[in-house]
Amino acid sequence: MTTPCATHIQTEHLTVQYGKQRVLHDITLQIPDRQITAIIGPSGCGKTTLLKSFNRLIELQEGVKVSGSVFVDGENIYDPKVEVTRLRKKMGLLLQRPQVLPMSIFDNVAYGPRIHGCRDRRQLADIVEKYLRMASLWDEVRDRLHEAAARLSIGQQQRLCLARALAIEPEIILCDEPTSALDPASTQRIEQIFMELKKEYTIVIVTHILRQARRLADHVLFLYLGELVEYGQAQYIFENPQQQRTRDYIMGVIS
Amino acid sequence: MDWRRVEENIFKCLMLTSVCCVVGSLLFILGTVFVKGFHALTLDMLIKTPQGGYYLGKGGGILNAITGSIVLGIGATLLALLLSLPLVVYLNLYLRKNSRRAFAVRFLLDVLWGIPSIVYGAFGFTVMVFFKLQASLLAAIITVALLILPIMARSMDEVLKMIPFELKEASFAMGATKFETAVHVILRQAIGGLVTAILIAFGRGIGDAASVLFTASFTDSLPYSLFKPVATLPLAIFFQLGTPFPEVQERGYAAALVLAILILGVSIAARFISGKFTRHVIR
Repeated sequence: MTTPCATHIQTEHLTVQYGKQRVLHDITLQIPDRQITAIIGPSGCGKTTLLKSFNRLIELQEGVKVSGSVFVDGENIYDPKVEVTRLRKKMGLLLQRPQVLPMSIFDNVAYGPRIHGCRDRRQLADIVEKYLRMASLWDEVRDRLHEAAARLSIGQQQRLCLARALAIEPEIILCDEPTSALDPASTQRIEQIFMELKKEYTIVIVTHILRQARRLADHVLFLYLGELVEYGQAQYIFENPQQQRTRDYIMGVIS
Repeated sequence: MDWRRVEENIFKCLMLTSVCCVVGSLLFILGTVFVKGFHALTLDMLIKTPQGGYYLGKGGGILNAITGSIVLGIGATLLALLLSLPLVVYLNLYLRKNSRRAFAVRFLLDVLWGIPSIVYGAFGFTVMVFFKLQASLLAAIITVALLILPIMARSMDEVLKMIPFELKEASFAMGATKFETAVHVILRQAIGGLVTAILIAFGRGIGDAASVLFTASFTDSLPYSLFKPVATLPLAIFFQLGTPFPEVQERGYAAALVLAILILGVSIAARFISGKFTRHVIR
């Protein structure tokens, strides 16, 4: 059993290149277990790339080259022996725009458990209810589970995506600006859910909204132009940043 | 004088002209076939096979060609589907976007698309002769399948290209394999477009005369064996229009009308069916 604050994800000299362009440069960091870690930084600084290198989704990009290593639960995930489907099952992903699957609400949540081998109808129904409740969507959709997911409002879709991500029973939730397409009320709901979830899950959230990072984060990573400038406990980063660039970013001098 | 408004109107007129040309010529063709063929279209034509002297104006019908064309069309479409669906999934999910292999395959398909159908017919005939086979339903199915394969595959390819990358990403992020993503997510999202692609290919296959001229031959009996010649509507039209007898020529137009109605019917039916599958599609 890992104790809280133990390291869950760790990178060593992680460098990512698209063709000749270097997007991440020599990143070494640790992401603590069962806390919210926010990755902040201006647009194009490599936040999303860093997030997607944790579940090897980055490999789907054209002409990408990854060097260095990423450890999840102490295992180097770029080892050729690692089964990528099993790795990704450990991590739920929430994208910037909710991307529901072209199926019913029920099937969206049941998709993950099904592909990972759960066939029992009763059990699936229980799983769907449990995670829809967890994403606080159950009460809104309980009567129309078999309607198209695409008909939900965008805020509901994002919560559905969260339920779907939780249904594969991950240890980690990766979020790429999960509220940037949402209205303030939906954003608040998602943030409340995150505060609940961090008791059981490690959450990594990419955000360019500083106030959101302040509200949510226990730890903060500041990326600037592909380099990790500073990381540590949120309180210290926000109140007493050691680096000039971090200070400038937090003060709004650079963005 | 407001030049921008004039420009807008000129181009609007030009566009309307092209629309009228396209719709008009289609209606003109259908109208001609209808006017010339409708009163020769009798129930006998639809439910009887040709009797002796049919092509000289005696009794009988074209049931042989109707059933032959349907069997041939469905067979060839299924065979082409069996080959093109895995092909396009491979192109779009397993190969990278600007991979050379994908480029080469697409280029080849485009070239194949442009080859006239008589060349497919001649090719099928050569292969048949080589294997010492006679003209048969099977030979025709294979030839027509080859003819419509590039059409079907390239149309499906364009449909799958339009699928947003994020949708695949969402599925992969859950730990799905490429195959699971293809079957459960991509094909579901693309089903409407795929049905259209299948229909385009079916319409092209069932209406083609040149590719079946040597490979299917023609017969007065119903299709009962894969290894026997089969009658087809395009050839029934061709033979009847080629006679010097006006009443037989009229039957040729009636056969053309049957072919047109057949394709129309299949299109409408397929739209109706695919509508049931597309209710979950993300727009």
